[in-house]
Formats: sequence, structure tokens, C-alpha cells
Amino acid sequence: MAILTVKHVILHFRGVTALSDVSFEVEPGALHSVIGPNGAGKTSLLNCISGVYRPQRGAIHFAGRDIARLSPASRTFLGIARTFQNIALFKGMTVLDNLLIGRHVHEQHGVLAGGLYWGAAKAEEIANREIVEDIVDFLEIQHIRKKVVGTLAYGLQKRVELARALALEPKLLLLDEPMAGMNAEEKEDMARFVLDINEDRGTTIVMIEHDMGVVMDISHRVTVLSFGEKIADGSPEEVQGDAAVQEAYLGQSQAQD
Amino acid sequence: MADILDRLEGDDTFPKLLVRNAERFGSRVAMREKEYGVWQPFTWREVHEHVRDFSLGLVALGLSPGDKVAIIGDNRPEWIWSEIAVQGAGAASVGLYQDSNLTEVAYVIDHCDATFVVAEDQEQVDKILDMLEKLPKVRCVVYTDPRGLRNYRHPKLISFEAVEDKGRELGRARPGAWREGVERGNADQVAIVSYTSGTTGFPKGAMLTFRNLLSMALALGEVDPKRQDDEFVSFLPLAWIGEQMMSLSAALAVGFTVNFPEEPETVMENIREIGPDVMFAPPRIWENLTSTVQVKIMDTTPFKRLMYNACMPIGRRVAEFRFAKQPVPLGWRVLYRLAHWGLLRALKDRLGFTHLRSASTGGAALGPDVFRFFHAMGVPLKQIYGQTEISGISCIHRNGDIQFHTVGKPIPGTEVKIAPTGEILSRSPAVFAGYYKNDQATAEALEEGWLHSGDAGYLADDGHLVVIDRIKDVMQLADGTQFSPQFIENRLKFSPYVKEAVVVGKGRPYLTAMLNIDMGVVGKWAEKNRLSYTTYTDLSAKREVYDLVQRAVDQVNETLPAAARVKKFVLLYKELDADDEELTRTRKVRRGFVEERYRVVIEALYGDRGEVDIDTTIRFQDGKTARIQTTLVVRELESQGKAA
Repeated sequence: MAILTVKHVILHFRGVTALSDVSFEVEPGALHSVIGPNGAGKTSLLNCISGVYRPQRGAIHFAGRDIARLSPASRTFLGIARTFQNIALFKGMTVLDNLLIGRHVHEQHGVLAGGLYWGAAKAEEIANREIVEDIVDFLEIQHIRKKVVGTLAYGLQKRVELARALALEPKLLLLDEPMAGMNAEEKEDMARFVLDINEDRGTTIVMIEHDMGVVMDISHRVTVLSFGEKIADGSPEEVQGDAAVQEAYLGQSQAQD
Repeated sequence: MADILDRLEGDDTFPKLLVRNAERFGSRVAMREKEYGVWQPFTWREVHEHVRDFSLGLVALGLSPGDKVAIIGDNRPEWIWSEIAVQGAGAASVGLYQDSNLTEVAYVIDHCDATFVVAEDQEQVDKILDMLEKLPKVRCVVYTDPRGLRNYRHPKLISFEAVEDKGRELGRARPGAWREGVERGNADQVAIVSYTSGTTGFPKGAMLTFRNLLSMALALGEVDPKRQDDEFVSFLPLAWIGEQMMSLSAALAVGFTVNFPEEPETVMENIREIGPDVMFAPPRIWENLTSTVQVKIMDTTPFKRLMYNACMPIGRRVAEFRFAKQPVPLGWRVLYRLAHWGLLRALKDRLGFTHLRSASTGGAALGPDVFRFFHAMGVPLKQIYGQTEISGISCIHRNGDIQFHTVGKPIPGTEVKIAPTGEILSRSPAVFAGYYKNDQATAEALEEGWLHSGDAGYLADDGHLVVIDRIKDVMQLADGTQFSPQFIENRLKFSPYVKEAVVVGKGRPYLTAMLNIDMGVVGKWAEKNRLSYTTYTDLSAKREVYDLVQRAVDQVNETLPAAARVKKFVLLYKELDADDEELTRTRKVRRGFVEERYRVVIEALYGDRGEVDIDTTIRFQDGKTARIQTTLVVRELESQGKAA
């Protein structure tokens, strides 16, 4: 059974329709990409899943439960984590502290017990640090562990944001353009990390990405949006051969020229 | 002369020493590796168990005495375990530089007839698997880090743990097998085949026996003692003889602790955490440290800068007294004490050098300024000289007898003499057993036990050895003037702005130089002087940068005889790189290759146009290419123009 089901979702802002009747399913363990020309509604779709927007119509089922009306925080507790197109980290804090905040949803003890750093609260803190260190090792950011996030290069900040999302130990990870603004080498590294997260950790991933090479290379399934509508859905090969997709992209490139 | 190995009381191989240490030191820490942000210790007993199991596992998979096993990867405990395990089975280990490309890896693995390869991670495994079709002798590829390898289903691929499991099985079936194997080993068995980087042609595999390696470590220990409770950080390639000497020969003979950094990027931070007592590094590491400190001082608070500028000269002055072997006057000693508390103590702590007792540099010449810098701080940096073929070291500075232009005196048991041709020859129990499958090269290098270094040099009156250059590089100008390009290159490189230098002039009317700027230092300088730039190529082409480097070249020229001065130079548009075969893996310039590749540039240096158009593609390590189009300016030094 699908882990995420989006059914007939309609989202509009006043007169503008961002998503019109979009439906698709994500299988557990899949690496599912959402692509489409600028303004196709990709980020809006991700925002509907993570709870930033509430769609006017339609249902979103996550692990068998309708989450369309839940707050973003409650969705996080259910196991949905995300990264943002524009990095959203605590710039004045260290990498470690940013990651430890990601562990917040799993913490049982309150401010008082944590502040005293005693007994079970201490054990929990240590366990959380171990999990965070595992992620630090996984994403190879040991050398910046104690650096303040704001001082880091853009590509590294992107990686830290991904690390924080992983610290939540999500069942579903939403990535909004994880490779945007990166050079070829950084992109390659990021693609490898995304693959490793999916395969080694078994996390289901929904990813928006513009770099077609990367998308076609690593995705199991691709959903294509254009002007708020789903125009194709299938394996990378199927989507690449789809006439509607070619038109959407070709049309766009002609418009740009 | 008594055999120096007698001191080991029969434990004359690495595996025997490991067994001894496991019995003698048991639960003391032999190694540490930083993982998950914590230093994870391994006791001598644990190391012994891993080595034993891995060794038996390899035997179970078919490793026989006399075989070769190639090891490639970053510095990790498993690297060392693999090496001793291989030796315990009577085979020899062959270290590969972890940044070697496919062709280099394949050449060495094939040439040394390796039957097993131990590769650290996916990156290294990929290299081997890519070339496996051309390596029919390889039976098994063992990996230590499973990350990213879950979908690899190659029949020859096996994990380190799986090999250890097989070893434990064999150990249960034949409990005495490991000890018997170890006991069969002897001092004259080939322990490692060390492929020398070679500035020309294919690398050659120097066979070194346990006697070679251990006698060198023991002899060096006599003049530069190491202690059991010393800490050492292993961060240079383990394929390099210098790192073999410290992390294996010396560590096993003495029993000190070897620490492995978390990642290559965290080395400096990890050194600070450990605070090593012993450190051996090539000049570029010491130079980097010096320039890092200088750059940071530029950026720090005015108070700290004031302290630095007030205290460093005191340190330098006191160091001068010591270099000159003069007693330090009382007044200076008091001032030095104050400087120590005011700055030097904190500076040493910042670098992780608080405990550093034995610090040495080797592989190339180190600038006097860098020497002064560390001695001023109270770090007793010494120069070392030697070749892979003599297990690493033949000469070292002694405490209280340090001269910048020499490489010190021979270590005990080592004789050094100068051949009539001017070549440095040396003889000691550490001289190698020959090149693997290359008798001709062996015959050229060894003559009646004397090792031909290929270096030109002379012995000073006080017994210090002075190295001039590679004999074949000592050149003649068209008018017959002899000069050593390396001598001039080293002087040029003493400038913090110059990272690499190639001096040309063989059979030419005058000398010229192709230089690489140091991107970090020059970039910082450019920022400070509000000079905007984009790439390395762009920065190198700036007139202001040319002016900056020209001042450094002028300074060097002043110290040189008129005919051996650099008349023109260019700043190259890219850094010389080992991946482009322009440098060896130990970062020595491959002169012939560079002169061929930059022929157009050299022609421009001897032409009249004053610039040259470059249109070339450069290749990155992963096979990608980029096109560079630029105009390279030739800078002529005016004073030289008038003189000539």
C-alpha cells in the first residue's frame, strides 16, 4: 500500500489556481521526483503535504491517515520532515545544535529534567547525541560540526539542512530543490547522499528538482506538473518519452528564447 | 658492531612485536580513531585480535607466504591491521597512495603481483573494480567501510568483518596457526614493497625487510628518542615511507599510541585535541601552519595582534642565540619567559604543539623563515634526509645543532660519503633489498652495499650533510654556468605567495621561472588590498599579483650570482597537480613532463612577444574536463634586463 496518497487536491489563492485536481501515490521506500516548468505548482504541492498550505479540496493520506487538516507540527510528529528551497536553519547556532533541535520531536523529558542533566534525561541526551553523530558521519560534515551555520558556504548549509531533517528520523522526507545553486561536484555529492538516504536508511523521499540529469538518474518514479495539473506520472523512461511532457518543456524553452 | 636488532630480544618482525606488545602492554591503548565525534580507543590486545583474525581470514581465502597484498585508503586502524596481518601470514604489503588514479593503481597492483587488495571505501573499491579485468592475479578485494556498497554484488568483493569471521573459524579449527605463522617470520623477510613516486618513468617497488625498517627506527630513536607514553597522529599517506616509519616501525618497537583523525578535513583540529609528542611531516605542512597563523593574526583583534608583534621577535631573538650555539643572556631569558606566558604558550596550544618534543620535516627543503618561526615558538623542528630505499632516513639534525642549509648528520649505524661525481652515497642496515622485478634498476642503485641517492651534495667540515639537487637536474646554461634549479626553486618557494616553482634554463642563454601562486595567501592579500578576482586563473593574471610576486623573485635574485638569476617569469594559469602527472604523489615536480606540457609557455619565456595565448583543456580527477582560454603575460625583471 502507498505510504503517501494525494487525492484530487485543489489549491487556489484568491483567483489563481496553484493546483487543480492533482492525484498521485508514493510507494514505501520509493525515491519519487516531482518535476515541471517554473510555476507549475511543485513547491505548492510540497507545502500541502508538509502542512504549510491547506488545500481547499482533496485528501492527503499519510500511512493510512488523512492529514490534510493537521498542523505542520503534528505532521512532523507523524514522521514527515522537509528541507526548503531557501535554507531555513538557525544561522546563529552551531551545526550540532541545529541537528539536536531536530531531535526535539523524540524527546520525552521536559525543560527542568533536561536542564538538570540528570538520570534518564541525561541518558536521553546522550542517546540523541549519538543519533546526531551518526548523521554527521553519514553526511560527512564532521569538519564543521562545531561551526556556526551562518559562516558556512551555501552548499554545506544545504547539507546541514538535510542533516537536520534526517535527525527527525522521518518516514517521509520532502526535499525542495536540494541541488539548486550548487556546482557540478556538490550536485554529485548531494545526489549520492539522497541515494544513500533512500537505500541505506530506507527513507521514502519526495523530491523536487530542476536538474533533469539527476532526476532521471536516481528517481524510481517521476510525477510531472504543468500549470498546476499533473500531465504525466511513471518511471523516468516513460516520462521522458511522454509527448505531453516534451511539449511542456519544449514550449517553455521556446518561450524563454 | 653489535646488531642493533638484538635490542628487540628476538622479536624482529612487526607481527612478533605486536604479539609482544599485546602480552606486555595488554590493556594499554595502542591506537585511537575519532569516530562519531569521540576518540575510540583500541588496546594492544584488541589490535592483536583484529590482526590475528584478519590474517587467518586471508589465509583461509588462499593467501600464501611470499604473496603481495595491496592496501589503499585513508589513515585508519584497519590499514595498519591489514599490513601486520599480511606480514603475519608471511606475505608482504604494498601501500598505494589513496589519491592515485585508475592507471597508477592498476600499474602497481599488476606489477607487484598482488593477490589481494584491501580497499577502504566505495571510492577505492570503484577504482579497483573498474580495472579488475586487467588484473587477473587479484583473487579478492576486501573493503573496510560498507557505506554505499550495499548493491555491489561482485563475486570477488568481501567485507573486512567477513574476512575476520573466516579467520576466527580457522582459528578455532587450528588454534596454533597464527602463532606458528608469526614464529616462522624472520628479520630478513620482505615486509613491504614501497613504490617510489619517481620523478621520471614508472614507479619502482623498493623491497624493504623487517631488518631494514626496524634498524632504521631503532637507530633514529637513539638520537631522537620516542617514549612509550608518547602520542602520535597519523595523517600522511601510509604508503609513504615516512608514515610507515612512524606508525609501524617506531610505534611497534617503542609501543607509543597512534591516533587516526576523523576525516582528512579535520586533521588540524584532531592534532590539537591529541597534542602529539612526536610529529613528522613534509615541508608543506609546516609551511601551511605558518601561513595559517600569519593569516589569522591579520584577522584577529588589535590586542592579540599587538601581543603577537611584541612577543614573536623575542622568541626569534632567543632562537637566533640557540642556532648560533651561544648562551642566551639572562635578560633575554627573562623576556622569553614573559613572551611564553604572554603569547607563545597560547600559540602552541592553538596548534596542538604544547607537548611536541620531537618535530621533524623531510622530503624537501624547508625555508629558514619557517624554521625560525617554529623555533621562536619553542618547537624544536629538525630537518631529516633520506630515501625510500634506505627505509626513510639517513640523516637528521641533533638537538642544539640545527643549521638551515643542512640536513644534519648521519644517524647511528649509517655511513655517508660523497662519490667522485658529487653524488651522495649511504650505507646502513636499513638499505633495501632491491627493486621488485627490476634487477637493472637495483644494480644501478646499489654498489657494494652503497646506495646511490641520485642527489648531489657535500659534507661540511662539521660533519653536516648539505644536499644541492638531483644530479641529473644540475644544469648548465649556454655559457657554461652550472646551476641547480631546485636550489632556486626552493628559495622562490620560501615566499608565502609562491606555492610551486619550476626553473628552466638548460642549454638556454638565461634562466626563467614558471610559478604557481598560493591561492590562500594571495587571495587573502587581494582581499585586503581590495582587489577583486574570480578564479585561480584570473587571480594569477592580475598585474598587482605579478608585482607582488616580482618583489619575491627580486629578493631571491639578490642572493644569486648574476648568471644564475631568474630573468623572466610567468604565473601559470593552473596549479601543477599530481592528477595531471605534473607532480609526483609526494608533490615533487616531474620536470621533464612539465617542460614538455608547457612548451608553448617556455618558448614565450625565451621569445620577445611578452605574452602568450593559451587555449587548453584541463582534466579533473573524476574525468571531467574544462577549457581554459587566457593570455599569459611574461614578466621581465628590469634590473636583470639592464645587467644582461
